[in-house]
Amino acid sequence: MSAVTPIDVPIDNATKRQLKAGERASERTLTKRTKKRLTSRGATIASLIIALVWTVPTFGLFISSIRPAALINTTGWWTIFQNPGLTFDNYSQVLKAGNSQLNLGQAFINSIAITLPATLIPLTLASLAAYGFAWMNFKGKNWMFIGVFALQIVPLQMALVPLLSLFSRGLTIGGVQLFAGLNASGSYTQVWIAHTIFGLPLVIFLLHNFISELPAELIEAARVDGAGHGQIFFRIVLPLTMPAIASIAIFQFLWVWNDLLVALVFADGEVAPMTKLLAEITGGRGQDWQLLTSGAFISILVPLIVFFALQRFFVRGLLAGSTKG
Amino acid sequence: MSDFFHWIATLPALVQIPLVVGAFVAAVAVILFFVEIAPRSGRKYTIIRLAVCVLAPLVIFLFLGSVLWAAAVAAVLGGIFFILDYRAKQGAGYLFQLVGFLAPALVLLLIGLVYPTISTTIAAFQNSRGNRFVGLDNFQWIFTQPTGIRVVLNTIIWVLIVPAFSTAIGLAYAVFIDKSRGEKFFKILVFMPMAISFVGASIIWRFVYAARPAGQNQIGLLNQLVVLFGGQPTDFVSISPWNTFFLIIVLVWIQTGFAMVVLSAAIKGVPTEQLEAAELDGTNAWERFINVTVPGIRSSLIVVLTTISIASLKVFDIVRTMTAGANETSVIANEMYTQWKGFENGRSAAFAVVLFVLVLPIVIYNARQIQKQREIR
Repeated sequence: MSAVTPIDVPIDNATKRQLKAGERASERTLTKRTKKRLTSRGATIASLIIALVWTVPTFGLFISSIRPAALINTTGWWTIFQNPGLTFDNYSQVLKAGNSQLNLGQAFINSIAITLPATLIPLTLASLAAYGFAWMNFKGKNWMFIGVFALQIVPLQMALVPLLSLFSRGLTIGGVQLFAGLNASGSYTQVWIAHTIFGLPLVIFLLHNFISELPAELIEAARVDGAGHGQIFFRIVLPLTMPAIASIAIFQFLWVWNDLLVALVFADGEVAPMTKLLAEITGGRGQDWQLLTSGAFISILVPLIVFFALQRFFVRGLLAGSTKG
Repeated sequence: MSDFFHWIATLPALVQIPLVVGAFVAAVAVILFFVEIAPRSGRKYTIIRLAVCVLAPLVIFLFLGSVLWAAAVAAVLGGIFFILDYRAKQGAGYLFQLVGFLAPALVLLLIGLVYPTISTTIAAFQNSRGNRFVGLDNFQWIFTQPTGIRVVLNTIIWVLIVPAFSTAIGLAYAVFIDKSRGEKFFKILVFMPMAISFVGASIIWRFVYAARPAGQNQIGLLNQLVVLFGGQPTDFVSISPWNTFFLIIVLVWIQTGFAMVVLSAAIKGVPTEQLEAAELDGTNAWERFINVTVPGIRSSLIVVLTTISIASLKVFDIVRTMTAGANETSVIANEMYTQWKGFENGRSAAFAVVLFVLVLPIVIYNARQIQKQREIR
């Protein structure tokens, strides 16, 4: 028995109210104190400055993109109230800008056509492999998994050129043609395959983290009920890891959409994505700010929408990769 | 295979997506179907397994455009695999399932990463046409040329500054806004650049750095500030050696959000009891931060630092878009591309190998940290 037991104290209503108010007040100061524990005035100012520096450049780009070309090139965007003028001409102009083979509007379509398959394919293949590594036993499994993990070491730069020649010339070992080559320059095929391959090591590793942590009883129960690995994967593992797959998919999506290097090497001519064309415009017409600002804004629009709409998944996916073991 | 892709390439872009995705999903469904029925016993299923083991390699090799007898060899190997599988310790069909799950990804990794890595390493010791070994000539060329040394130095500057600054700013910001009102909103502001492509970010910052001759209206924000404080407008991206630092700011701008989100999550994981105990001991906020919070988030700090280090070693897009390596701003990844475009395959490969050697220790360290963390859990 404890020494102190709650008893019913006979008190009148006024005192009761007073006590309650005090309780609430003490609670309020407590939460306030914990909230304020690390923040001082200097810290507040510093974080405001950081927040400003991190948003103002993007904001300036957006404002400039809807100002008339003449004004962009003669006045700063912060003087928009002194020099008013709004237009969407820049956007219609930049969608038609580009090189002889392609304009930015087509490049936008290209970006979509490259990104969607290049997100879906590696995620599917990686979830198959991750399941194999997590729920099947075989000799040398650990070594093989470490090997896949270690492939993340390889910088893209190591793989680009040989992979390109593999695509264009095929593989011939000792005079025997094993692979005729894709013969597919000028199509999306090689970009899809390249992105798939480069994404695999990390995606396999991340998905393995999730898939291997599913409760073993669940898998066992399904097996007892007569499901084979195919059904277990499709009916149990896949639905249960969907949130994880979604958050990793966002990363692969952003990665492919934002990529320049793979596009420069593998996507030539008519199939170039927006990043490549924008880099080209920046190089050739670097002072045409009405084109650059609106073009850049079009290219960052899709990632920003994805980012704001799926932010929760985004953060979760990020943390899965870095803080989770 | 090339016929299929040729036919696909003639279609409108947006029609290609459902077709390719559909074909891919069908292929995966076929794999899953055979994996599902593989372990079943009975004559019928054994025959199905045998048929798949022999026919699948044959079809795939023919599909890839291989010569007929190589495909036949593949089919025979498939037959041998069937026997191996039939006698597998875990029961017939087990190896079959294993291959169904692992082979697609592993084969792609072998073709797309393992083989090219070996090939590039060999190319680094060959001449530009790849028909004669030249020993260390390519590396010697990199490390004796002033521009080559500059490139390596620049890369090292990137890898020293970017992780330090983005982690420091990200950590400070995470601490400052921790548990404050509107924390989520403040996070989004700094986190947003993560979603923007390096090319987009480069254009954003080129615009910030844009310079107009003195006396005219400035259109770049930074030069406006310089003029406001009585300075002369400068073209920030062309004055060596400081231009590298102005490019570095762009990557810091992008990576800070990453550091901030990860570290913020880690900070929230630090036990409040420890912080309260330290507070009772009469420590001030700074001491608590250094002695309690930082040790508590140590492993996350290391992961963040190494991840950003690797990203800054490989930086390419920013340099390519902002200066294309002009005015002594080039880095290894950019130079690798430039040399390759100039048909200097040997030198290009040598740059790639140098990059690989620089990345290697960081990744190994990172992997060991992750391993350690796993053992603790």
